[in-house]
Amino acid sequence: MIRITRKVEFAASHFYHNPNFSPEENRRVFGKCNNPHGHGHNYTLEVTIAGEPDPATGMVLDLKELKELLEREVMDRMDHRHLNYEVPELAGKIPTCENIAAAIWQLLEPKITRGKLDRVRVYESASLFADCTAGSTNGAGKRA
Amino acid sequence: MKISLTRRYDFAASHRLHAPRLSDAENQRIYGKCNNPYGHGHNYALEVTLTGPVDPATGMIANLGDLDPFVEREVLAAFDQKNLNEEVAEFRTTVPTTENVCREIFRRLKGFPAARLERVRIEETSKNSFEIGAEEFA
Repeated sequence: MIRITRKVEFAASHFYHNPNFSPEENRRVFGKCNNPHGHGHNYTLEVTIAGEPDPATGMVLDLKELKELLEREVMDRMDHRHLNYEVPELAGKIPTCENIAAAIWQLLEPKITRGKLDRVRVYESASLFADCTAGSTNGAGKRA
Repeated sequence: MKISLTRRYDFAASHRLHAPRLSDAENQRIYGKCNNPYGHGHNYALEVTLTGPVDPATGMIANLGDLDPFVEREVLAAFDQKNLNEEVAEFRTTVPTTENVCREIFRRLKGFPAARLERVRIEETSKNSFEIGAEEFA
């Protein structure tokens, strides 16, 4: 099994706000990220595909195909967008890097036809990233 | 689908690799330059990985407002700008290799209440990294 990774960058704005929280609770839980005018990041997305190289081409998946898929599914949706208002996959969710990684996983996973989606990594900054990997769920629902 | 969150921190510290049970000649042979009695330092990068359910109310595995002060209190306050051999109790008896620093930091962080500590990874330099996972820490 070989893993290949393609990296893209997108710039987007967001803010954190839960309409069920009071203004004080929103400020306490989300801090600076609660600023209603939003703020932005240069996100780095790394997408890893695992599989056996095709003997005819030596490739797990043609990186050009992956590049086009990321362009269509991720860049067109999220680059230079406001994640709270313009990305239907994040509607009703707080656009944290955990939720962005999960949304990108769900967009890409059914469209990978050769190899398997192995990992989606979303860097919000050099010091913070979320990984989405195959495997048993660690609970999309309530916190224990 | 499993989600994890990783936060990266930096600390600068000095250390000396020297095992008191070995002779000076053996220490010199095994640890080389790292055995210099005056010690030397690194800019360490520490990555802390957490897993757990994403709270739908916050979209988070853990709030950095909780994690950052916890790591500051448990690790950075004790390690940053310190001499690991002299100022961290664990390393009075254990050689502060980055393998052992990984294990000690895992021990200090595993009690984080809001999520499960999945991995501690340390870059001692941009060329060397060390990591320990929850299943390996026993």
